[in-house]
Amino acid sequence: MTGSALHVHDLTVALGGRPVVRRVDLTVRTGEFVTVLGGNGSGKSTLVRAALGLVPATSGEVELLGSPLPRFRDWHRVGYVPQRTSAASGVPATVREVVTSGRLAHRRLLRRLARRDHAAVDAALDAVDLSDRAGDSVAELSGGQQQRVLIARALVTDPDLLVLDEPTAGVDLPHQNLLSEVLESHSARGVAIVLVAHELGPLDRLVDRAVVLRDGRVVFDGSPGDATTTAAPHHHAHGDGTPGGDVLGPGWADRP
Amino acid sequence: MSLLSYEFMQRALVAALLTGLAAPAIGTYLVQKRLALLGDGIGHVALTGVALGLLTGQAPLVTAVIVAVAGAAVIELLRLRGRASGDVALALFFYGGIAGGVLLTGLAGGSAATLNGYLFGAITTVSDAELVLVVALTALVLLVGLGLSPQLFAVCQDEEHARVSGLPVAVYSMLVAVLAAVTVTVAMRTVGLLLVSALMVVPVATAQQVARGFRLTLLLAMGIGVVASLAGVWTSFEAGTAPGPTIVLLALLGFAVASPVGGLLRRRRRVHAPFEPAPHGHDVAETHPHVHGPGCGHVAVEHGDHVDYVHDGHRHVPHDDHYDEH
Repeated sequence: MTGSALHVHDLTVALGGRPVVRRVDLTVRTGEFVTVLGGNGSGKSTLVRAALGLVPATSGEVELLGSPLPRFRDWHRVGYVPQRTSAASGVPATVREVVTSGRLAHRRLLRRLARRDHAAVDAALDAVDLSDRAGDSVAELSGGQQQRVLIARALVTDPDLLVLDEPTAGVDLPHQNLLSEVLESHSARGVAIVLVAHELGPLDRLVDRAVVLRDGRVVFDGSPGDATTTAAPHHHAHGDGTPGGDVLGPGWADRP
Repeated sequence: MSLLSYEFMQRALVAALLTGLAAPAIGTYLVQKRLALLGDGIGHVALTGVALGLLTGQAPLVTAVIVAVAGAAVIELLRLRGRASGDVALALFFYGGIAGGVLLTGLAGGSAATLNGYLFGAITTVSDAELVLVVALTALVLLVGLGLSPQLFAVCQDEEHARVSGLPVAVYSMLVAVLAAVTVTVAMRTVGLLLVSALMVVPVATAQQVARGFRLTLLLAMGIGVVASLAGVWTSFEAGTAPGPTIVLLALLGFAVASPVGGLLRRRRRVHAPFEPAPHGHDVAETHPHVHGPGCGHVAVEHGDHVDYVHDGHRHVPHDDHYDEH
């Protein structure tokens, strides 16, 4: 299938023998901004992780940027923000070092960083407003700042497909607005964006399409405005009683 | 210096220098992966390798390298496949390795005392042939550990992100485990299998007290490792102590000194970090006879286009004939 940044067909993923994503079809066109919504345990995170090859699919097919996943090699065209609460590891690393590691798909073995790598790192740091913290240890930053480091690490590869798994958890409103501007400019440049979230906040206005997952199945796929009316009653009709199981999250329910 | 006139001391110093370089280099990646005790696990496995050498009449260093590498590979496989968490996989090998080592040594007609030289190091008995092997293995560890540092950093920092960057994560993880195994066997003759992990972890822990970045931590840890190893050998020669434990205790002493220094540095950075520029109302400070200025004794912190003077929980800014609270 041409013209699609991400194409998932009949995808089933089982974790530990339990089906978590069930027969999902999803196509994200070039330049499209799609959000995958759903409550905790709805399978939204597993869906994108399987689409990127991070968890094996039980059955079904995935195409990334026009190539079947097993043959896909153009990883420099994919930016990924994993779901993390911290960007730190056991050894200190500076903000710049972590962001630079996002550039690896562009680098050959045993080569030094090229000038355009440095420029990309500077631009990514600037985009998330962390240029003045470049030399600081990521562990010393607040949770929201660390989240922005992870976003910069995904932007630095100059992706055609950007996958973000709950990137705004712990990010304050001014910086959610900043992120929304960054994503808007990437979206305008034709970057396909897949955003996993349970509430959208300021990103709401950018979304072309919303896909709502419930218990591993797609229960809604369409205009984000309709997601509230279509999916929410569905949720109430089959409420599973899990805490935080509100399909669309408070950001949606409270909308006028 | 008199100790350089002994050939066995020359070999000891070379072995110490190489161990001091290699152990912290690979140890940095282990600490980053939060697998600081991997070196210990491999050390125990290597003991079985040593015993196998004693039993079959092969050079213990060679059989130890082979068994340790195989053991490290299995530990990593268990971890990658999710069969056992890192620490549980390690625990299984701790016990199996040391039990196998003692059992096989017994079969070879030796006693636990035979193993002492391997458990705690016997750097002054390093032979020429062993030194050649130590040099070759250290060169391998340093070439790979430093040459592939961007890739290894990415894999140890965030495995999932590294996979989406197209890196063969399983290969690199295995490489780190194998390099750790090689380093452990190299360090076996210097500090011994029971103490080798100290030389992989303590210099890193010391370096990260003062360093903010990965690269600096790595290089600083290698420097600390070299100083501790060489100073340890020298001290043990002068004071007549066992070299392995002397090296480790010196490394720990370094940590004890660096830790409060690191605490002070972090506090200093925190106190002097600029305040967020934000609009303020006009909040006049109470009568304040003290005159703030450069060198007035209070901490001056950047705040947008001006400077706040911090004292007793207040942030004072000169304004006409009074001070504002910011």
